[in-house]
Amino acid sequence: MGSYIPSSAAERSQMLGAIGLESMRDLYQAVPEQMLVSSLDLPEGASELEVIRLMQAYAGENRVFDSIFRGAGAYHHYIPSIVKSVIAKEDFLTAYTPYQAEISQGILQSIFEYQTMIAELTGMDASNASVYDGASAAAEALTMCRDKKRTSALVASTIQPMVMSTIQTYSDGADAEVIRVPELDGRMDIEALKSLLHDGVASVYFQQPNYYGLFEDAQAIIEIAHQAGAKVIMGVNPIALALMATPGELGADIAVGEGQPLGLPLAFGGPYLGFMATRMAMVRRLPGRIVGETVDVDGKRAFVLTLQAREQHIRREKAQSNICSNQALCAMAASVYAAAMGRDGLIEVANQCHSKAVYLNQAICALPGFEVVHEGEFFHEFVTRCPIDAQLLMQKLEQRGILGGLPLDDGNILWCATEMNTKAQMDQLVDALKEVAR
Amino acid sequence: MNIPANLKYSKSHEWVEFLTDTCARVGITDFAQSQMGDIVYINLPLEGADVVCGESFTDIESVKAVSDVFSPVSGCVSNVNGALDDAPEQMNQSPYEAWICEVQGISATEELMDAAAYQAFIEEQ
Amino acid sequence: MKLLYEISAEGRALSLLPKLDVPRAELPENLRRTSPARLPQLSEIDLSRHYTALSKRTHGVNDGFYPLGSCTMKYNARVNEEAAALPGFSRVHPLQPVHTVQGSLRLLTDAETMLCEITGMDRMSFQPAAGAHGELLGLLLIKAYHKHHGNVGRNKIIVPDSAHGTNPASAAMVGYQVISVPSNAEGGVDLDALRAAVGEDTAGLMLTNPNTLGVFDKNILEITQIVHEAGGLNYYDGANLNAIMGVARPGDMGFDVVHLNLHKTFGTPHGGGGPGAGPVGVKDCLVPFLPAHQPIKLDDGYAFEDAAHTIGTVKSFYGNFLVVVRALCYILTLGREGIPEAAENAVLNSNYMMHLIKDIYPMATDGICMHEFVMALEPLKKQTGVSAMDIAKGLLDRGIHPPTMYFPLIVHEALMVEPTETESKSTLEQAADVLRELHKLAHDDPESLHQAPIHTPVRRLDEVGAARNPRLRYAFPEG
Repeated sequence: MGSYIPSSAAERSQMLGAIGLESMRDLYQAVPEQMLVSSLDLPEGASELEVIRLMQAYAGENRVFDSIFRGAGAYHHYIPSIVKSVIAKEDFLTAYTPYQAEISQGILQSIFEYQTMIAELTGMDASNASVYDGASAAAEALTMCRDKKRTSALVASTIQPMVMSTIQTYSDGADAEVIRVPELDGRMDIEALKSLLHDGVASVYFQQPNYYGLFEDAQAIIEIAHQAGAKVIMGVNPIALALMATPGELGADIAVGEGQPLGLPLAFGGPYLGFMATRMAMVRRLPGRIVGETVDVDGKRAFVLTLQAREQHIRREKAQSNICSNQALCAMAASVYAAAMGRDGLIEVANQCHSKAVYLNQAICALPGFEVVHEGEFFHEFVTRCPIDAQLLMQKLEQRGILGGLPLDDGNILWCATEMNTKAQMDQLVDALKEVAR
Repeated sequence: MNIPANLKYSKSHEWVEFLTDTCARVGITDFAQSQMGDIVYINLPLEGADVVCGESFTDIESVKAVSDVFSPVSGCVSNVNGALDDAPEQMNQSPYEAWICEVQGISATEELMDAAAYQAFIEEQ
Repeated sequence: MKLLYEISAEGRALSLLPKLDVPRAELPENLRRTSPARLPQLSEIDLSRHYTALSKRTHGVNDGFYPLGSCTMKYNARVNEEAAALPGFSRVHPLQPVHTVQGSLRLLTDAETMLCEITGMDRMSFQPAAGAHGELLGLLLIKAYHKHHGNVGRNKIIVPDSAHGTNPASAAMVGYQVISVPSNAEGGVDLDALRAAVGEDTAGLMLTNPNTLGVFDKNILEITQIVHEAGGLNYYDGANLNAIMGVARPGDMGFDVVHLNLHKTFGTPHGGGGPGAGPVGVKDCLVPFLPAHQPIKLDDGYAFEDAAHTIGTVKSFYGNFLVVVRALCYILTLGREGIPEAAENAVLNSNYMMHLIKDIYPMATDGICMHEFVMALEPLKKQTGVSAMDIAKGLLDRGIHPPTMYFPLIVHEALMVEPTETESKSTLEQAADVLRELHKLAHDDPESLHQAPIHTPVRRLDEVGAARNPRLRYAFPEG
């Protein structure tokens, strides 16, 4: 049996004696007798070597693909070594939320640096210290915009489906209406947006680039929404932000997104990172922890959790959100990632993703039976029709060691390329497609 | 404790200055601000909002607490002291100058105390 | 210490990416941002030293005693980190075909079975990313249950006044009205107040047991029965499960839904505020409403399943998977004997440390405590002017992370101490000595404690200034 209890058996009985008890079970006098568990139906405790073998066995039953052309909300990017080494530092790993600022300046400063990085990427004034993931960030952003008079949200149908379902679940909980704005040729139908807006609409949410990889007409959406008095929330890909017009420049009120592409592994879906940024006017509606700069009694620059009166531990049932623990270490990973890539490096990552996607798109669409589904600019994802059943196609790719794009239905596939896909890999994929789709 | 004689006071520690019979300024008392500690933010009400006697119409934040402010009158907010947005500390420094809002069309008023009665009231607290 | 942005120097960079091996494509002008994000430009050694310096200004469990009440800051075993880093876990895409992720699914269902056994529940969802997220899910399940059974008008959640702030905040997020019931002297539920509070409008009760005063509520069966008889459901806040894990089970106490904090009870690291995991366990009556994508074991392998009346999802994918990996490692290590042993020793440590200081520090309750105890420093403050905050700051200078301060709200000048089972007898004795020293100092030289800390990288902060004039990001120099 393994154990992390340091005191010896003798020490434990000394402690027990000191408090005047005879057995460990005496500590549980308050627990009704019939409730005490006699034995748990669990395996016997194991040694470290046994445990690591068990875990290797689980891991061994998963298939790791080297050639990945699937995104759809989780992206395969290069993670610099320094990211992994920094977040493995035990002080960061084993600390709690930095309530005691005097001995937590390291974490507090790193969050402040992270907030600055998110603000820079999104073009916004302020960011929080992170939330659970991109989907919950979107749901929380909708809550930020609701008031007594405006309670509904208009949400583009072209967003990642799990973000949609999470928005729906949170909104159902709050008894708030969510209306889906239909799509037209893979983008939000602008005329439909116009006709759905009314003075009870609190926010319009759309994703840029959208689920199909396409760029929405952000300017038009924002202008139309603002004319109707609604706030605009943009869900954005942080890598694309290195290149594309920012929510700040475009006039959006809130920017949210999934931070996983910034140095976090695919990890079967988590832990990931939800980022949220907004303008100063709405900063007190941001949920979660926020770090601010201040000084100590000696006038030295220091950082501290601030604007805490928004939060659940003070506002209780009047708090807008219940979040406390977030994804702090993932936020640190994102911060180290962005700093390691640097100003030009992140632009290069984004450009390589885009360039490779354009190359792949052209190569796939040159094959007989494959054709692009939506016209227009895309970032690093795109949808093609395929001449055979998409699931069947995927199986055949898998036999060749390739994780193909995500089948959206029988005939459409959502492809993704990143800096991880070499030209050789892409050419191999195209050769394989040529062969199996015949 | 500073309790100006020209104002009226509520049990929840707001002061009221009647500008006319149906229009008044509202703020928090010296006692209230001293209990709250350093005020860092006030959620100012919106102009045009209706306020109801005895109901919370705004809240005030200190670093580690939030306090509701209850309206001593019923009516409609006609003017808001926007200066408090940038300088909430005015409520600590000069609570009787740092009015929160003006209420017009007053249709009901809580039972209010004069300065002497309020002085006695807070001594009991 | 300088910020990343202040040590940046034009032209520095790491060499991370190969040259682009396809023709370069550019986004059209109208889609591009007008100026680059001002990310820093650094070399690897700049970055490495920066974060090493930051880590030295951070106190983690590995730096010293961390008795932060309600947070269960136990030791985080290294083997768990090694397991989580296995490529078979970390390099798997969440949308891979099901037959290529059988290991992940088997792991999740095994973890589910074991945690159900420990809590006495029937099924468990791993989707929530943290305790508060679990609360949200649990309440959504309660709401869906009442709606499904046509229980209109059940819109009130009863929460004791000693509860964590997340409880009322979570209830409000699902549109429930919060009814706060007063606690008795032991921080437990006042039965008469509870009877008066329940009715046809009761959706449920949220309870932490042991409660936030560190006392096991001996009336627990009666409490849950009162709520059940009124037609409500019982929610167990698992923040304090470390006191009783493997010894008593929420499922046997009459709870219908529980959330766990894997980062508290099951030894996964807190990471400076996350990522944690807040799985939610339910009794059969709530199974039809569980979140979508629930892993399930079938005859021919593992798959995902959507419950018949699923509430939907509270996040993307299947939860903080790598945190569950670590927690399963922990459970497998401790096993059937080790799980209750950990709880027993957490309670033993807490009682022993309380015993060492209770002659000079009054406690919020008498008798045996569970995994934590609450010191009530109001008399000390009246006598000496030294507050709970001052004692906490004094601890900082002596290498100890302070206990949770000013919580629960029902105790004035509270310090809530949770040593956990992974601290040795000698560590507890040293900490008790420090607290005794501070008590003496409070009488002899209170001013020194008002001034504390003095040995930390920074001293007490201007929190008022930070909140009045929020500076939430680095301000780049003009031009």
